[in-house]
Amino acid sequence: MATEAHEDQAEIRGIGHSVKRKEDARFIRGKGNYIDDIHLPGMLYMAILRSPFAHAKLNGIDASRAQAVPGVVAVVTGELMAQHNLAWMPTMSGDTQAVLVTDKVRFQGQEVAAVIAEDPYVAKDAVELIDVDYDALDVVVSPQQALASDAPVIRDEKDGQTDNHIYHWESGDADATDRAFADADRVVSLDTFYPRSHPAPLETCGCIADVDGATGQATIYMTSQAPHAIRTVFALVAGLPEENIRIVSPDLGGGFGNKVPVYPGYVVATAASLLLGRPVKWIEDRSENLISTGFARDFHMHGELALKNDGTMLGLRTSLLADEGAFHADAQPSKFKVGLFHVVTGSYDMSAAHVVADGYYTNKAPGGVAYRCSFRVTEASYLIERLVQNAAYELGMDPADLRKKNFIRKDQFPYETPTGFVYDSGDYHGAMDLALEKIGYAELREEQERKRAEGKLWGIGLASFTEAVGAGPHKDYDILGLKMNDGAELRIHPTGKGILKISSKTQGQGHETTFAQIVAEEIGIQPEDIKVQHGDTDNTPYGLGTYASRSTPTVGAATAMVSRRVIEKARKIAAHLLEVAEEDVEFTRPTFSVRGAPDKAVTIQDVAFAAYTNFPDGMESGLEAAYYYDPPNLTFPFGTYAVAVEVDRETGVWQVTRMVAVDDCGVRINPMIVEGQIHGGLTEGYGIAAMEQITFDETGNCIGSNFIDYLLPTAVETPRFELGETVTPSPHHPIGAKGVGESATVGSPAAYVNAVIDALWPLGVRNIDMPLTSAKVWEAIEAAKAPA
Amino acid sequence: MEISVTMNGTARTADVEPRMLLAHVIREEFGLTGTHVGCDTTSCGACTVLLDGSPVKSCTMFGVQADGHEVTTVEGLAGADGLHPVQVAFQEEHGLQCGYCTPGMMLVGAALLERNPDPTDDDIRWAISGNICRCTGYMNIVKAIQTAAKAKAAAPAAATA
Repeated sequence: MATEAHEDQAEIRGIGHSVKRKEDARFIRGKGNYIDDIHLPGMLYMAILRSPFAHAKLNGIDASRAQAVPGVVAVVTGELMAQHNLAWMPTMSGDTQAVLVTDKVRFQGQEVAAVIAEDPYVAKDAVELIDVDYDALDVVVSPQQALASDAPVIRDEKDGQTDNHIYHWESGDADATDRAFADADRVVSLDTFYPRSHPAPLETCGCIADVDGATGQATIYMTSQAPHAIRTVFALVAGLPEENIRIVSPDLGGGFGNKVPVYPGYVVATAASLLLGRPVKWIEDRSENLISTGFARDFHMHGELALKNDGTMLGLRTSLLADEGAFHADAQPSKFKVGLFHVVTGSYDMSAAHVVADGYYTNKAPGGVAYRCSFRVTEASYLIERLVQNAAYELGMDPADLRKKNFIRKDQFPYETPTGFVYDSGDYHGAMDLALEKIGYAELREEQERKRAEGKLWGIGLASFTEAVGAGPHKDYDILGLKMNDGAELRIHPTGKGILKISSKTQGQGHETTFAQIVAEEIGIQPEDIKVQHGDTDNTPYGLGTYASRSTPTVGAATAMVSRRVIEKARKIAAHLLEVAEEDVEFTRPTFSVRGAPDKAVTIQDVAFAAYTNFPDGMESGLEAAYYYDPPNLTFPFGTYAVAVEVDRETGVWQVTRMVAVDDCGVRINPMIVEGQIHGGLTEGYGIAAMEQITFDETGNCIGSNFIDYLLPTAVETPRFELGETVTPSPHHPIGAKGVGESATVGSPAAYVNAVIDALWPLGVRNIDMPLTSAKVWEAIEAAKAPA
Repeated sequence: MEISVTMNGTARTADVEPRMLLAHVIREEFGLTGTHVGCDTTSCGACTVLLDGSPVKSCTMFGVQADGHEVTTVEGLAGADGLHPVQVAFQEEHGLQCGYCTPGMMLVGAALLERNPDPTDDDIRWAISGNICRCTGYMNIVKAIQTAAKAKAAAPAAATA
């Protein structure tokens, strides 16, 4: 049985290898399996009627014309849902949300009724034949309107709700912050609005509900980033026994946070399948996706930074108004009402901070509020990085110098922030220095001087972000009481191949490859020999899913730990095979050898076979384990981004001429995939800075309801990115990784905007709210030209 | 009404409603689900197929308009001798993440290389400017199409080797 350790053994392609992605084999052949690709026998199709009004009393629905259309099987209304106690559902934030309207509509695009038909075209035809009698009501489209004393009360169905206020939330120490401000030589302030944007994954949301009336088994194929949490929510909403609910999240065409919440369409399709005894498919069209599903941001921010004249930062004060839409549906840890916004002190060492936030209902779509970020970390990073640049100019300092003066130093970690985070590790100066070197900062500033002398508008912008990701430790992090821990199960088959089952769910991040690499790193079985299963709640361990950059910090850790559990047992079997005591067995993957006699050795593959064929008496057969990981802390990725832009004075058009991104996400599992994540995030960050915005007119009409109005970056205007890296491992994560999927969306918007403001600063422009469309930039230039 | 289409080199017929979009004909009638629908408004290009060799957005054509034409979808990209160089390059260069835009991107890339075997970065970016990718930031898509161009140029030599 024992084999010699081979010196020529192929290198294990574990951590640090740019392994080509396993999932690509199906995608490049057009053999992905997305929700709309699934076809079940006898399947019906659902289409949803949505409200044209943002706020209107519902007087009645007449569906007789729709019901008469050949091929229509049923029309579902709120009244029918109410008969089954399903007209309302809980949200991820512990609020309620209408599934189908019973009393009044509260935003344009809200779900009013649904048609179930034999054919998707017929379902859409019939939707147009439903007659609804509405009485329009006054509309609230901003938190400023919502807090007015005479504002209409949007959630008047809630007991005790007499206004539009949802929550008041504070973090930090108000008195300490006041004292810091009293000591300040200078206070720099900024009011800025982080506009409503939308994750807009290229695939919309959808589901196929298949409820078997005979067995009670409900199999729901669903575009979900968090299938296990959804299963539990479904059990609670529908009162179905949880063991009879199986959520299957197939290949997802992107998510970016959009596919975390429960949407009314899922509930209606499930109810329809239950009532009709046939599978029901519902696929959103693009407009439905943009007007009704999880938006992001919509956050009005006021920030004040207290400084000494020498640039020393003393304290930060922020007050915030959150526009939550008609239902408070944020998918975020329940303890924190504006997510992790209180990471707003960012990369800087200061003694005090105070965050005050208020959330309001408006007649707008409800949201998950995240778009490729960890619970409002993006808004926080944007505010501090914009403030710091403005502070530098007001102090007459270079923005890079002001940052470096105040960065938390490498020797200060672990560092406790004034709002209570304990940053795990960092080297902010290192990342900044590399970014400045790569972009040639000093030379660029000199060139800027020359260009300015020629009358050109040239700008250089920096952003040095710190994220808080990987939620999280069970003590502080839960959604609806479900602790934000995640699991992994690893089973090694007799032939030395294995299957890893994980609670997270890829939307393009490459989990099938990177998680196999973690196993490879730990136990020495090549990644191509480890199948990674995810997305099916019947066949994966429990966990809260993939969003907020939490997969690597939580499931990545669980994967490393479960691998170590497997090795513990494997070592016992190896000792049996090698006929030595367990403590005399050394493991250097993939080989177990006898201490002092390295020629006497067996491989992990030998051990796997023995686990089913030749295991010691008294031992259970098999080689497998499970592990649920409770992170001891969040992880804190960081980096510095540097952007150079040229602004056309006559048109306001701005172009990125250089974009350097230095990221430190700790240990990189698959560098190729990490860089791909950063490219994507930098592009979505650019979209947010330059063009992506959902607005509403004064009557609550959504503007940005398709890809003609909601602009996304194409290959032509997207900047060309130059990447750099530093590696500061997380000290508490089993493999030192921190997560990277969202760093670039968090860090980059401020870098782009800072560059444009830097270009326009000599004209007197101090701020432009995103998105920086050429029209807005042109207006700012013109306004600056006008005599005061 | 009955339509006849040369679908990835094979003659196919289907009886379709005149209003049925080509994307749906391809997906529902011919069962080829590699063609995706992303936006319904001709904006995103996820539904791109080749009609007589040229990229078209199949969500903005009726199936009946394809009557008598050749349609190539992602399922028809690979030939008898294996994957198309564009497919190989997309995996090699990490030109895809979620995979949803990938069929359209690869078809546009393949069509570009037919008419321009040595495209510049700008040529490629303009060629794919009607196709949105939310994941990759386009960097590696551009690289993949360049790599495919090189592989295609080298292919005749390799074939004789």
